Amino acid sequence: MSLKECYISLEGDYEDALSRLRSERLVQKFVLKFLNDGSYDLLCKSLEAGEYSEAFRASHTIKGVCQNLSFTKLYKSSHQLTEALRNGWSEEAGGLVEQVKADYEQTAGAIRNLQKELEG
Amino acid sequence: MSNEQELKQKILIVDDSEMNRAILTDMLESEYEIIEAENGREAVNLIEKHGTELSVILLDIVMPEMDGFGVLDVMNRRHWIEDIPVIMISSESGSSHMKRAYELGITDYISRPFDVTVVHRRVVNTIMLYAKQKKLAALVMEQIDENEKQSTLMIDILSHIVEFRNGESGLHVLHIRVLTELILKHLVEITDRYPFKLEEISMISTASALHDIGKISIPGEILNKPGRLTKEEFDIMKTHTTIGAEMLENLAFHQDEPLVKEAYAICRWHHERYDGRGYPDGLKGDEIPISAQVVALADVYDALTSERVYKKAFPHEEAVRMICNGECGTFNPLILKCLNDIADILQEKLGSVTPGRTNEQELQEILEDKLHPKENSASERTLQLLERERMKCSFYASMSNEIQFEYSMLPPMVTLSAWGAEKLQLPETIMDPFKEGSPIFSIIGQGDIEELSHILRETSPQEPVVRYDCKVQINGESRWARVVCQALWSLDEEPQFTGAIGKAVDIHDSRMRMDALEKMASHDPMTKLLNYDYAKTRIGERLKVGGGKKYVLMLIDVDGIKKANDKGGREFGNQVLIHVAERLRGILGEDEIAARISGDEFLFLAKCDSTMEEAAERIAGAVEGDYEDFQISICIGMAGTNHMGIDYDVLFHGADAALCAAKKKGFGQKMSYLELISEKQEEKL
Repeated sequence: MSLKECYISLEGDYEDALSRLRSERLVQKFVLKFLNDGSYDLLCKSLEAGEYSEAFRASHTIKGVCQNLSFTKLYKSSHQLTEALRNGWSEEAGGLVEQVKADYEQTAGAIRNLQKELEG
Repeated sequence: MSNEQELKQKILIVDDSEMNRAILTDMLESEYEIIEAENGREAVNLIEKHGTELSVILLDIVMPEMDGFGVLDVMNRRHWIEDIPVIMISSESGSSHMKRAYELGITDYISRPFDVTVVHRRVVNTIMLYAKQKKLAALVMEQIDENEKQSTLMIDILSHIVEFRNGESGLHVLHIRVLTELILKHLVEITDRYPFKLEEISMISTASALHDIGKISIPGEILNKPGRLTKEEFDIMKTHTTIGAEMLENLAFHQDEPLVKEAYAICRWHHERYDGRGYPDGLKGDEIPISAQVVALADVYDALTSERVYKKAFPHEEAVRMICNGECGTFNPLILKCLNDIADILQEKLGSVTPGRTNEQELQEILEDKLHPKENSASERTLQLLERERMKCSFYASMSNEIQFEYSMLPPMVTLSAWGAEKLQLPETIMDPFKEGSPIFSIIGQGDIEELSHILRETSPQEPVVRYDCKVQINGESRWARVVCQALWSLDEEPQFTGAIGKAVDIHDSRMRMDALEKMASHDPMTKLLNYDYAKTRIGERLKVGGGKKYVLMLIDVDGIKKANDKGGREFGNQVLIHVAERLRGILGEDEIAARISGDEFLFLAKCDSTMEEAAERIAGAVEGDYEDFQISICIGMAGTNHMGIDYDVLFHGADAALCAAKKKGFGQKMSYLELISEKQEEKL
């Protein structure tokens, strides 16, 4: 799987990321780094603990990272979740959390596949 | 760190996402030194640490601990935002965020997702812009400096010509200028009545040099007449005020210059007096412009303290006394107060007067004044900050019962915190603190001072902090104190010890508790002799450092203590033991140790210069005998270092075996391990 195929699989915009970050090397470097970012874990934990301002920040960070990397799909859902959590818990947040979780798994899965291929 | 790295400009990146920081770092690290913070609080700490070394800060908004707006708030409050540009990078897209950020003083706002080249360009532009601004500020300052220097030079030449005719050195003019400046600066501090700005004070001081230019038209024979002037001559002399004023009035140009206006007032009215009895116009009180009032006082003061053909120089105190007594006419009481207040710095400043007085610091202040006319000036701000720090310090000091002090070598002086001075009943400032009879020595012993001074001088600029425990006298009570202080080293290539700052904490109670605990842990509560464990340690140490001295370790068993118990109850038995302990303590020599092991067994480490028998005699002689109708006798087992070496366990084992054998033989027996061995050998034979 190439970097480009990885983007297709996670439903992101490879061309956009490349145009902003300027080199394939950089895009790949940061895409792989995405797996090490602790914000998703933090999001899940703080939601469980009912700490919504912490959850807001974590969601906000995920959104920012996705923006930088042009992970369009996860960006959209995390953006919506961020807004839903901005003033604490809201009704629509529940559904959005599930959406973010699904999108995150899709994104992380695609990157893991890329990683395996690169290592293999 | 390589040289190259040190020269790189620093950028602080503040973002809670490691990845976002990494993207920015990756893009900038080849040209700049990158410092990272993962939340606002960390960022504030780093800004405090690096200050204006930071060329630019890239700041995220949403972060834990403290967000980006929090950082901007702090930067505004501490005025950092004026010197360090901030570029905000955020995925917050709402315009209200952007607006608020700009209001808080950011230079640029970049929205996510960003294009790396655009960010790079904006960072470079911002850094260049700020560098340019700094260069421009420096340039303006240089120009002011240059202008000032030249006009000062012209005025100096002119006034020197006047004074030259007068047979005086050019120093008078310089003195007047310094005096005028000092008095005015103090005046604006103590009253709102004359709200001069720094630049105005500077201008009036310059103008003051012209106060006597009218003298250029006074005939030389009057000007330099050694004796007293006649009434007619004096009337002519007086005209130097109006003539000087006219000269300025008749200038064909620069009539509107504030400097010329002030110079006019000074020339004309620097001989007026506050009560209206001066000349030429007999003005009264604040009819006389304040600039002329100040120059008048400066003129009189300098005339009194300088040597003239017709008089010697009066010392400073005498001059001030004469002025305050009205011997030279009446002055504005506020200005007199200034003269009194600044008396200390006056002599020092006048002593160091040289032409070209303007220094960079003053210019900086003037510039700040111009740049931020409505705000507090930099020096005021600094003073406020200092005042706050001082309040903080004294508050913490009073909360923690600490005595804080500063010591400087030059001048030799100790300063105490207010609380500390009150506690010690000393003045807050003590000059020549370590000369004989100094009040310091009633608090802390000379030996301790010398030792502390010694260890402070042994420190280095890298490790200047020392601790020292000693006794101090507080309200007639001797108490333990812990002094923690830091030596102050100069920044010279070979650092010089210049003094110390520190605090003293009362540790008496805790120290006493420690001592009591230690005593409890080391002493047998009944007999007050050392207990076995502690004695063992001490004996071990003593034997090791014995330095070839001979010792004998004795184990002592009091005979028939059971009988004593039977006789007078357990209490009586205890009294016998206490009695024995007292006797042992009574004969305890230097370097000897006595301890109670358990029950009726004692241990005694005795010096042994002759035979062991003699040593045993000494103990027995002291202990044995009649006590309240009870015959005390003891058995002793001994082991000597000259036969058995200095290992404690070996000695103890030997003495113990000897004691066992002695006790078998009956009451009052003394035996050494050596004897025991030879007896055993005899038995075998």
